Amino acid sequence: MKRLLSSTIFFAALLLVWHYLVLRKYWSQVLLPDPAAVWEYLKIVVADGTLLAAAEVTMRRLVTGYLIGVALGIPFGLLTARFRMMEDTVGVMALGLQTLPSVCWVPLALLWFGQSEGAMLFVVVMGSLWSIIISTDNGVRHVPPIYARAARTMGASQFVTWTRVILPASLPFVVSGMKQGWAFAWRSLMAAEIFVPILTGFGLGQLLQYGRDLHAMDQVIGVMLAIVLIGLLVDKLLFSPVERFLHRRWGTGRV
Amino acid sequence: MSVQEELQSARPAKLFIDRVTKHFLTRGGKVHALEDITLQINEGDFVCLVGPSGCGKSTLLNIIAGLEKPDAGQTLMDGKPVTQPGRDRMVMFQESALFPWLDVLDNVLFGLKFKPNLTSKERREVAEFYLRLVGLEEFAHANVHELSGGMKQRAALARALAPNPRVLLMDEPFAALDALTREQLYGDIQRIWAERKKTIVFVTHNVREAVCLGNRVVLFSPHPGRVREEFTVDLPHPRDINSVELAGHASRITRALSGYVEEPGKEFGAE
Ligand SMILES: Nc1ncnc2c1ncn2[C@@H]1O[C@H](COP(=O)(O)OP(=O)(O)OP(=O)(O)O)[C@@H](O)[C@H]1O
Ligand SMILES: [Mg+2]
Repeated sequence: MKRLLSSTIFFAALLLVWHYLVLRKYWSQVLLPDPAAVWEYLKIVVADGTLLAAAEVTMRRLVTGYLIGVALGIPFGLLTARFRMMEDTVGVMALGLQTLPSVCWVPLALLWFGQSEGAMLFVVVMGSLWSIIISTDNGVRHVPPIYARAARTMGASQFVTWTRVILPASLPFVVSGMKQGWAFAWRSLMAAEIFVPILTGFGLGQLLQYGRDLHAMDQVIGVMLAIVLIGLLVDKLLFSPVERFLHRRWGTGRV
Repeated sequence: MSVQEELQSARPAKLFIDRVTKHFLTRGGKVHALEDITLQINEGDFVCLVGPSGCGKSTLLNIIAGLEKPDAGQTLMDGKPVTQPGRDRMVMFQESALFPWLDVLDNVLFGLKFKPNLTSKERREVAEFYLRLVGLEEFAHANVHELSGGMKQRAALARALAPNPRVLLMDEPFAALDALTREQLYGDIQRIWAERKKTIVFVTHNVREAVCLGNRVVLFSPHPGRVREEFTVDLPHPRDINSVELAGHASRITRALSGYVEEPGKEFGAE
């Protein structure tokens, strides 16, 4: 309750400062609209369903691409940790490509896939895959070897040792990699949506870009707020509970 | 197989360590961890291996467990060579090696998971039986990190006992515990040994601990690791580590041991 209160006060203060800056007319209303104008815009697009539809398109792309990234990233991370050959090939590639800002994939995606959903998906997968591979690999390397030895004495096969011991033991790393992968996927998708106008779906990024084209700052800021809110919601509803569970089980985290 | 049958203690095995040699190549050169070790361990023996650090006690235990292969020689269990780990020889490590992502009960169940011919309900009954045996029934659903050091080792003991092994291999299992907790566990392990009839090979640094638990104490000397001397301890069980008789036995062994340690009394002592 106390935490909710401090959050509320903080954001209320932020809004007040914003409102004050608008009142003082440091910038023109065109560049910095009043919070009330943004609120009006959000009310309209929520009412007529534009925002929800755009959010839905974006989330569909994001979730599909991200799930592909996770489904590929975790097995590849396990493989790079297990086999020297994979480490020297896929591992090095992942390390290199992870440093590439995901927006850099957009031109390539456009040339390869054209202005299509395929291009969107490609960018999201490339954005999330590498960091998931790397943290899975890293997690496996942090597993105390004694766990695998203990499992072997209990009659676990190689396969069972990997799936039932090494994978769960590296879970704290895997989850933080998944979280990072999600953030990267989110960023790369927004970049793609802003740069690539496509006809198969009108996402949040495109809504944002559209606002820029119309010089409608209330729209730009409104959509930005929606993006932030979704990110925050996913974090609080999806990742935080998982992380809390891990901290409770492992006895780590806040002291 | 019924739970009742499963809970019958398996017949203890006899071990024959036959001229086992093991070297390690390290950056500093070749380490002679074990040199021509021969040791006969009978059914139901409680053998304590004592020796200074680096004399190959853990290596020998790992070879018996099948976790490592000797360079020469072999281990026979009831006449059959040991080639790989198996549920008939369970290991208890110095750190508990419990899995932190499982609660206590699931940790114990893990070792039963690969046992054929048991339904999941039966496995659970078996696991609960062993938790009761080590006095952890109240903590079946506790997380590993919530246990004290002593409780962790009890849970590890339950996990090692659950697959009903014929040999129990213990590598300094109580070294990290405080004296009081250790004394409780001495009582428990003696009771379990008597009840469950296991062959136990127990590695320790502590001569008194060895005398308190084992019916045989085997002294190792380092560089290269060799069996130096053997003592039989014929005091009746259960033994009290603080008894005068036991101290007498211990000092006899400590004296023998100090001959093999460069700095007597530094690493050993009757505590
Ligand atoms: N995997 C390994 N690689 C290289 N050297 C090793 C390895 N395992 C053990 N050794 C070496 O072999 C020797 C025996 O080691 P071991 O762990 O069996 O000794 P120990 O008697 O158990 O010692 P401690 O009482 O300290 O546990 C040591 O000198 C050690 O450095
Ligand atoms: Mg050792």
